[in-house]
Amino acid sequence: MDYGHSERQAGGVVLPTAIKILIAGGFGAGKTTLVGAVSETRPLRTEEVLTESGVGIDDLEGVEAKRTTTVAMDFGRITISDDLVLYLFGTPGQDRFWFVWDELALGAIGAVVLADTRRLADCFPAIDYFEGRGTPFLVAVNCFEGARRYRLDEVRAALNLDPEVPVLLCDARQRESAKEVLIMLVEHAIKIRNARHAD
Amino acid sequence: MAAQGESADHQWMDDHAGPVVRPYAVTGGRGRPVTGTFDLISLVTATRDDVPPKAGLGPEHLTIVGLCQRVQSVAEIAAHLDLPVGAVRVLLGDLVARDLVQIREPHITLGPPEHSIFEAVINGLRAL
Repeated sequence: MDYGHSERQAGGVVLPTAIKILIAGGFGAGKTTLVGAVSETRPLRTEEVLTESGVGIDDLEGVEAKRTTTVAMDFGRITISDDLVLYLFGTPGQDRFWFVWDELALGAIGAVVLADTRRLADCFPAIDYFEGRGTPFLVAVNCFEGARRYRLDEVRAALNLDPEVPVLLCDARQRESAKEVLIMLVEHAIKIRNARHAD
Repeated sequence: MAAQGESADHQWMDDHAGPVVRPYAVTGGRGRPVTGTFDLISLVTATRDDVPPKAGLGPEHLTIVGLCQRVQSVAEIAAHLDLPVGAVRVLLGDLVARDLVQIREPHITLGPPEHSIFEAVINGLRAL
């Protein structure tokens, strides 16, 4: 029996279910551009205000020194059907906010790591993170004008990716290209899911 | 007179002034909701068209009920209210405690998505 995605609530209202895909990559790699290319609305921005214990603050004699930091995430929405909504979340660029990443990655069906070949090393932290966490991901090389074109096998070697991780070229501004990236990611996530089930 | 009052408001507030109220003032300084956890993609819908006058709620609560006449995620509510997600979680807790909104938790809490959901996503993306 297929339980479907929706659940009849006490009031008789059927609420859809939400799922999410993460869009990661270095600063300026085109995360928000990709979100905007496929989202049904312009990308929205949400902020978390974090309080962290102050480190290296001058002597406050037992007063717990705290300062706040704001972490911003851009995101978009794609209504798949009446009972399924897909959210795309750009991950915050600052590597030290791993706990925000943990919240975002929880339950995500997969992640797109956007790579800019002019600054390939910028996507290392995201790749390490998703590998470590076991989140299905692929690498989409965003083709910026003026950037030297590399072959996909060169990018794969430079990033030291496992052979099963898909690598493809994309243009994050183009809806069709962004769609293709997301579809390939979900197909990859299905493969990984099936392989895990088979174990 | 009403029109004059309105124009006076516009005169004194513009985008450059920044938020007039510090984010957690809208929660009365509370940092945690009275109930619920509220994932960023938990979906929220109002259970009624408006709020009873004696509910003891602030204008932001009313704005959320208004927004959630159409299903919205916690992240969308925070973006529309221009408030940090943490503050919105507190406000949502108040609304849940009064049965003014319903929450649908995402699949996160229910384990990995079923195969049918992956298929639906692929078909939905192809249809865009």
